[in-house]
Amino acid sequence: MDFERILIDGLRAAVGPEAVIYALAAIGLNMHFGYTGLLNFGQAGFMLVGAYGVSITVVTFGGSMWLGILVGLLAAAFLALLLGIPTLRLRADYLAIVTIAAAEILRFVFRSSAANPVTRGVFGQQQFADAFYAINPIPEGAYGFWLISFGSHRRLWVIVVGWGLVLLCCLLVWALVRSPWGRVLKSIREDEDAARSLGKNVFSYKMQSLVLGGAIGSLGGMVLVIFQQQNHPDIWLPLVTFYAYTILILGGPARVFGPVAGSVIFWFLLSSFDTFLRQARATGVVPPELLGTEALGAIRLATVGLALMLLMAFRPQGIFGHRREMQLDV
Amino acid sequence: MSERSSASPPVVGPLADVQPEPGVEKPDPILVAHNVRRSFGGLTAVDVAHLEIQRGIITGLIGPNGAGKTTFFNLMTGFDRPDRGEWRFNDESLAGMPSYKVARKGMVRTFQLTKTLARMPVIENMKLAATEQTGERFLVSLIPPLWRAQEQAIEDRADELLKRFQLHDKREDFAGTLSGGQRKLLEMARALMVEPELVMLDEPMAGVNPALVQSLLQHVKGLRDEGRTVVFVEHDMDVVMDISDWVVCMAEGRIIAEGTPESIGNNPAVIDAYLGARHDEPEQEATA
Repeated sequence: MDFERILIDGLRAAVGPEAVIYALAAIGLNMHFGYTGLLNFGQAGFMLVGAYGVSITVVTFGGSMWLGILVGLLAAAFLALLLGIPTLRLRADYLAIVTIAAAEILRFVFRSSAANPVTRGVFGQQQFADAFYAINPIPEGAYGFWLISFGSHRRLWVIVVGWGLVLLCCLLVWALVRSPWGRVLKSIREDEDAARSLGKNVFSYKMQSLVLGGAIGSLGGMVLVIFQQQNHPDIWLPLVTFYAYTILILGGPARVFGPVAGSVIFWFLLSSFDTFLRQARATGVVPPELLGTEALGAIRLATVGLALMLLMAFRPQGIFGHRREMQLDV
Repeated sequence: MSERSSASPPVVGPLADVQPEPGVEKPDPILVAHNVRRSFGGLTAVDVAHLEIQRGIITGLIGPNGAGKTTFFNLMTGFDRPDRGEWRFNDESLAGMPSYKVARKGMVRTFQLTKTLARMPVIENMKLAATEQTGERFLVSLIPPLWRAQEQAIEDRADELLKRFQLHDKREDFAGTLSGGQRKLLEMARALMVEPELVMLDEPMAGVNPALVQSLLQHVKGLRDEGRTVVFVEHDMDVVMDISDWVVCMAEGRIIAEGTPESIGNNPAVIDAYLGARHDEPEQEATA
C-alpha cells in the first residue's frame, strides 16, 4: 500500500478549495450556533443563494461577476431576514425546522422546470467566473510544496483568494466576539430571557447574527461555484450543512479558528481515508467483492457519521474547545 | 412573627396614614397596575383590580403557591402579555412594551430559577448588564477605541458591585461554577448594573442556605437604603416580616390584603388564604 499517496491526497484536500469552502460555511455556522445558539440547519440554502447570485447575474442577465458577488451577499442577507422574522421570536428548534425546510425548498425551486429561464434548472449554469481567472497573477503551471500539491495555477489562485477570505472572516468574527456586541450574543446563547431582563433587544441581535453568518456561508457557496465554473441545484444538498456542522464540532464551537482547523482536519481525514479504501481494494487487502466501487462513497459517508457520533460522545468540545466550559451546568 | 433587626428600621413614614386595605392609594407610587388580568385557558392566573407600589420602600409580595405572584411579575416586566389591563411605571404606560425596553426604563427583575449565564465569567455577566453601551452596536464594536473608555468605566463599576456582594474573588470564574446562593447574589448584583429604580426579586432566598439568607437580606435592605424601590416574592414568613415595609398578599390571582407586616400577620383573609377556612395548626403551616 502506498502510504505516501494517502498522505499526499489528504494534504491536497486539506489546503484545497474544499477546505476553504467548508471553513467559510462553518465560520458562518459558528456565528449562529457557537456564539448565538441559533440552530441553523439550512446553511446549504445560504450557500445556494450566494452561488446562484453569482451565476444568475452573469449567465442569465449578462452582468459582471463582481456585481454577482454583491447580489449573492444581498440574497443571503435577504434570506436570513425572511427566515428570521417569523422564527427568531420563537424557541430555537423552530429556526432549525424552518431553515432545513427552506434550504430544500430553495433547491427544488431552483431545479424545477418552471425556473428554467432563470436558473436553467437541472442543467445548471456554467462558465460564469472567467472574470475571476482573468485577473489571476500566477503564471501558468503546476504548483506544489513538499508533499502538498496545489494543482494548476487556476486552482492555486482559488486557494490563495479563498484562504485570504477565510482569514478576513476569522478576523471579523474575532473582532466582533471580543466586543460588547459579542458579549450580548453569548448571553443570548446562555439564556435569552436573562439577556432580555437586562435590557438587550434579543431579536435584533439574533437577526444580526443570522444575517452575518448566512452571508459568510454564502461566500463559501460562491467560492465553490467559482472554483468549479459551474452551478447546479443538487450541489446544495442538506449533506453540505451536516458536513459543515461536523467540521464546526470537530474544531470546537465558539472558537474563532475552530471551524478552520476543523475543515482542514476533516478534509485531510476524508480524502486520505478515501485513498486508503481505494488502495485497500486495489492491493487486495480487502477483497474487491466485499468493497465495490459504489460502496466506497457510502462507507465514506457512514464514517463521517460515525466520527461525528464518537466526537459528541467523547469530545463534545471539539479539538480546541474547553471541556470544563462544555460541562458547566447550563 | 420575628424581631426586626435594629440596623434598618422599616420605612413606615410615608405609609403611616395609608389604610391597610387591598388596592389602597399610596402617596408616591412608582408602579400602578389597574384591572390587569391574565388567564391560561379556563384558569385566571392574575386578576388584579388595582395595586400601587410605593416608591423607595421594600414591598413583600406573598401568597400561597399558584396565587399568581410570578405571573404578575412576568406581566409587569413584559415577559408575558395580559388579556387586558393597564399598568404605569413612573407614570408611563408599559402595556405592550417588550421586556427589554421595560428593563431600560428602570424596572429590572430577577428570576425564581436563577438565570446566570453559565459559560460566561462572573465579570462578563456583570458587564453585560450595563445599559447604553456604544460597543454593543455592530459597526462600532469593530473599532475598540470607540468603546474602550466606556468599557473600563463599566468594569470599574462591576468590580465595586462584586466587592459589595462578596463575589470579587470569583471574578474570573465561569458563573456556572458558582453555588446556588452565589448565583442569587450575582443575579442581584447584575440587576444593579442596569441602575434600576425598581428591582423585582422573584424568590431571592429560594434554595439558599440559612447562613447566606442573612447576607442576602442585608443586600436587599441595602437596595432600599440607596434609594431604590424593591418588590420581592417570598415564601418564608420570617423573612417577609423582617425586611418588608409593606406587604401585599395575593390569592387565586387577586390582591386579598395589603398592609404593614404587623397588620398582615393578623389579617384573617391572609390566614384563610394560606390555610383554607378551617385551620387547626396555624403555626406549623404558616412557616412551612
